[in-house]
Amino acid sequence: MVLAPDIPDIRDIPNRGRPAGSERRTVLRALRLVLVYSLLIGGGLIFVFPFYWLITTSLKSVELIQVDPPQWFPNPIAFSNYADLMAAAPVLSWVRNTVVVTFLGTIFYTASSVLTAYGFARHPFPGSRVLFFLVLATMMMPGHITIIPRFVIFRELGWLDTLLPLIVPTLFGSAFYIFLLRQFFMTIPRDLDEAAELDGANTLQILWDVLLPLARPAIVTVALFAFIEQWGDFFEPFIYLSSPENLTLQVGLRWFSTQYGTQFHLMMAGSVLAMAPIVIVFFFAQKQFIQGITLTGLKG
Amino acid sequence: MPYVVPWCIGFLAFTLGPYLFSLYLSFSEWGLMGPIEFVGTKNYEELFDDPLFIKSLANTTYYTVVHVPGLMVLAFAAALLLNEQIMFRPLFRTIFYLPSITPGVASVILWVWMLHPTGIVNTFLGFLGVPEDSQPNWFASTDWAMPGLILMSFWGIGSMMVIYLAGLQGVPQHLYEAASIDGAGWWQRLRHVTIPMMTPTIFFTMIVGVIGSFQSFASALIATEGGPANATLFVLLYLYYQAFSFYHMGYASAIAWLLFVIIMAFTLLQFALARRWVHYES
Repeated sequence: MVLAPDIPDIRDIPNRGRPAGSERRTVLRALRLVLVYSLLIGGGLIFVFPFYWLITTSLKSVELIQVDPPQWFPNPIAFSNYADLMAAAPVLSWVRNTVVVTFLGTIFYTASSVLTAYGFARHPFPGSRVLFFLVLATMMMPGHITIIPRFVIFRELGWLDTLLPLIVPTLFGSAFYIFLLRQFFMTIPRDLDEAAELDGANTLQILWDVLLPLARPAIVTVALFAFIEQWGDFFEPFIYLSSPENLTLQVGLRWFSTQYGTQFHLMMAGSVLAMAPIVIVFFFAQKQFIQGITLTGLKG
Repeated sequence: MPYVVPWCIGFLAFTLGPYLFSLYLSFSEWGLMGPIEFVGTKNYEELFDDPLFIKSLANTTYYTVVHVPGLMVLAFAAALLLNEQIMFRPLFRTIFYLPSITPGVASVILWVWMLHPTGIVNTFLGFLGVPEDSQPNWFASTDWAMPGLILMSFWGIGSMMVIYLAGLQGVPQHLYEAASIDGAGWWQRLRHVTIPMMTPTIFFTMIVGVIGSFQSFASALIATEGGPANATLFVLLYLYYQAFSFYHMGYASAIAWLLFVIIMAFTLLQFALARRWVHYES
């Protein structure tokens, strides 16, 4: 850190011709690079290590997970933890429940948010500005207030311990996604809509044929966010679900940890299963993620 | 008009309706069965004398005061590093971002394992020369459980980091050039160009960070269930126990509304103070 103050950046120095000064600056720039890379590599190792420790623990047999000194690489590699986990808990039903909730939730959230955003962006009506302000306001309203009333509503409907309370609300859109999509629709020139309208397209056709192809980056972003949110959701399923076989993977993991709290080799195998889809989707969709981050990257 | 109808129905059924019902419940007594009995401000009066509620509020404040600024500083530092002209930038960006989108339950269970009294974090502390008998017991210790939760939360700097990264890329290059011509070094450019230009972004992350931090729930539930000796009992965890372990729905709703008022008060205070330090260009 001693190096940090007052190191000029060589790119910013207009005259690099003179040898004496530029040599000193080259050394300083090299030192600065060393510092940047040490911090990045050091920090990067700290951030990667938990993933490494998770996967390797999940592949060690139970008597090897807590040896001193620690076993840095699993030897022998034991896949049996995964089989033992399936035998100890209804993991396959958890996976099936989570896939259903994630798949339907992602589609419903995206579709309903697209339709609502389209309404706000292209079909203003008296009071629509106030209503849009309300959408923004719900983003700032803490969700914890609604926990008890929602629980009561779903109990009255007889939906507790089913997946319905996790799926049905996604049909009504989500404020953040509506906001994001509406902002994106606003950037698409209206001339395109009008041209299609002259050709006799109705409003749904305009949305489908004109706006959706142009709004693809925003829609993919929303779908990715919805996927991550649905897959990792804990609070609501935790409140509504109770029978072991009806849980989602995240709630199931928590249930498992209360039943078998000391069986870390099995819990790590479960955590790998719970994380894997997110990591896989992230690697396949990295470009869209970065795009999405720029999209959501707030302008004032 | 018809396109926004679904959202309106959802808003009435799952937000506005529940808000009003919850407000009514907070002035009532109800055990989830039988009639709802109106009791006026009784729940609120009892809350102010409830040592567990006070404790949960103190815990949540402790967590927020360390977690939010710590997260902001670390995320900002990571964003500054990733904003340099470096090789493998996408790789480093992935490494710092990924933990923030991994499902919370799995992450917490992983950290409970790493912060086990004989776990790998203490093994590393041993390598660094911390003798075994002075290594923290983390979630088994009243003093170390909260630092453990905070340490764990720093693994998730990624989402805040990408917001800073987007903000940094929006700082006009000509300001840096002008500062360099004036002879400003690295620190002076950070202090007089980067940070002032980033204040709107910093302000946004602070608001969102505080609101989220006051609603912390899952990490404490899974790692400690609020223990040991209520050392990590957060307000929302206390609300959960009151509602779903003791069926005190009215009392739990009063907790929810008091927390809401506290969050709003903090947010408004931050907006009032923002005039003094947030720099808007235009």
